[in-house]
Amino acid sequence: MVSGGQNRRSFSVVEKYLPYFLIAPALSYLLFFIGYPLSQAVLLAFTDSQGHFTLAHVNYLLYSPQSMFYDALKDTLALAAVIIPIQVMIALGLSLLLSSSFVGRDLALYIVIIPLTISDVAGGLIWYSMLSTNGFFNKFLMAAGLIHSPIHFFGYQYRAMEFLAIVLAEVWRATAIVFVIIFAGLQMISREYLEAAEVFGASTWVKLRHIIFPMLKPSLQSALLIRTLFAFQVFGVVMVLTGRDIPVLAGEAYYEQTELYHYGVAALYALIIAAISIVIGYIYIKMFKAQYIREVSAG
Amino acid sequence: MSGEDLGGKPPIRYYLSRLLFAGIVLITCSWVLLPIVMSILYAFSTPKDFYSPTEVIPLHYTFANIKKLLDLGAARATMNSVIVACMTVAFSFILGLPAGYAFARFAFKGKDSLKLLIIGLRMFPMLIIAVPLVTLYIRLGLSDTLLGVALAHTTMALPFVILITSSIFVSVPIELEEAAFVFGLDRTQTFFRITLPLALPGLTAAAIFTFIMSWNEVFMAAVLTLTNRTLPAFILTSAMAAPDFIKFAASFIMILPALIFVFIARKYLISMWGITIK
Repeated sequence: MVSGGQNRRSFSVVEKYLPYFLIAPALSYLLFFIGYPLSQAVLLAFTDSQGHFTLAHVNYLLYSPQSMFYDALKDTLALAAVIIPIQVMIALGLSLLLSSSFVGRDLALYIVIIPLTISDVAGGLIWYSMLSTNGFFNKFLMAAGLIHSPIHFFGYQYRAMEFLAIVLAEVWRATAIVFVIIFAGLQMISREYLEAAEVFGASTWVKLRHIIFPMLKPSLQSALLIRTLFAFQVFGVVMVLTGRDIPVLAGEAYYEQTELYHYGVAALYALIIAAISIVIGYIYIKMFKAQYIREVSAG
Repeated sequence: MSGEDLGGKPPIRYYLSRLLFAGIVLITCSWVLLPIVMSILYAFSTPKDFYSPTEVIPLHYTFANIKKLLDLGAARATMNSVIVACMTVAFSFILGLPAGYAFARFAFKGKDSLKLLIIGLRMFPMLIIAVPLVTLYIRLGLSDTLLGVALAHTTMALPFVILITSSIFVSVPIELEEAAFVFGLDRTQTFFRITLPLALPGLTAAAIFTFIMSWNEVFMAAVLTLTNRTLPAFILTSAMAAPDFIKFAASFIMILPALIFVFIARKYLISMWGITIK
């Protein structure tokens, strides 16, 4: 029993450093597997095979007729600009709809979130089965007598339709993520506020405008930002549905790397996607922190 | 809508609004389900039925498409995908579980900044690390290996595993652990006898989720492998040249584990995505 006090002290010393020991392996792993590739990417992008500084890859990216950088940037942005507002509107409407109680609500909820677990490649293939010349959509319209020859969604000469096909597939597949964030935010709004508003005779619109939207703002913001981050990584759906007809940033990185073996150019694409994401993530964390501070000081 | 509302409104309007409501819910559910159902039907339809312009819903079914796809190399790719996903689950839980526990149960200096860092890394576009990893892997002899893909997938899954396990451990009542301390168990014993069994259902769901994450990943797998393709990488590089009904067979094999997962872990799905994303 003499050593009791000593034991106790060593126990508390262990307790003090234990969390760091528990976190260190995971953190080192992450820092290595992100830090090393990033520094390697900078080397690949800005040095030649002798290790001298060069802008050859940057020049190729920006000026070579082979490079589709500007198209990729333009189409990635265009896809994001079309898809994200549609997703947010659908997700918002669905969240409001599914937060009221009705028979079969749980079932509807499960069905709505199924696409969450479906990969981009599978999502693309599923929509190919809907929209291809022999797909369900064309066969159905022809059987119904609405069209006489199939509507072409795929092929370089139908690029506008290919764009539409990507939009449909992405809205189908990735709206569920936006829905889950907004739905979770909606669940957290206290019933008391809404009941108080009802007591004072507030209409549905007034409740939406002055209670639900302001309280949903944090969820809407994070949903928007997360979708924007994902939008710059769009790859599988586009590759499956259109190949390089509609070039996107990640798709060009893949093409330069695996088809042309331009490792430096692929690394540049990687750095560009990382830089865009870090800027978006920075904005997100700033907003997250500001909200946290506001909530703490308000509460 | 409650009974009081019914009394205040004209019944016709009430029933119309209910009908509109049901209609929207039905349309939404069919919008999600129809493409899945049709792609599965086409995956099992005979080529003749699929190419016939008048058969909207195929009437003759066969396993030949799936079999042909598997013979083309998808059998091995599926096996590879399972191996990579299992390795990813193992690595990311060995590394991530202790960290999640530390965030859930300890107060320490720098905790908030570290947690913010992990949340930040969750946002990082992990797919891009595959491009520069290729040169490192050639040096380490990991290029075109399943282990190499699993290591990259672990990087992608790890921040998620840390955050999700941390929130699962938080939900285990701390009073039970304190009671165990009182009865003389040390922290290790308490963890394995009290905390872990109580957290097990949530951890299982998280493990399946991690499995699906790796199973679905295509960019890193396609960049890091050449002959040892995982299923999505195989589909992206080889199956796209195959006839359409073979492609639908491929999408069926890809979504099967996901559909099973939705069914098993439906209880956890929303909360889990909520946590991953916050």
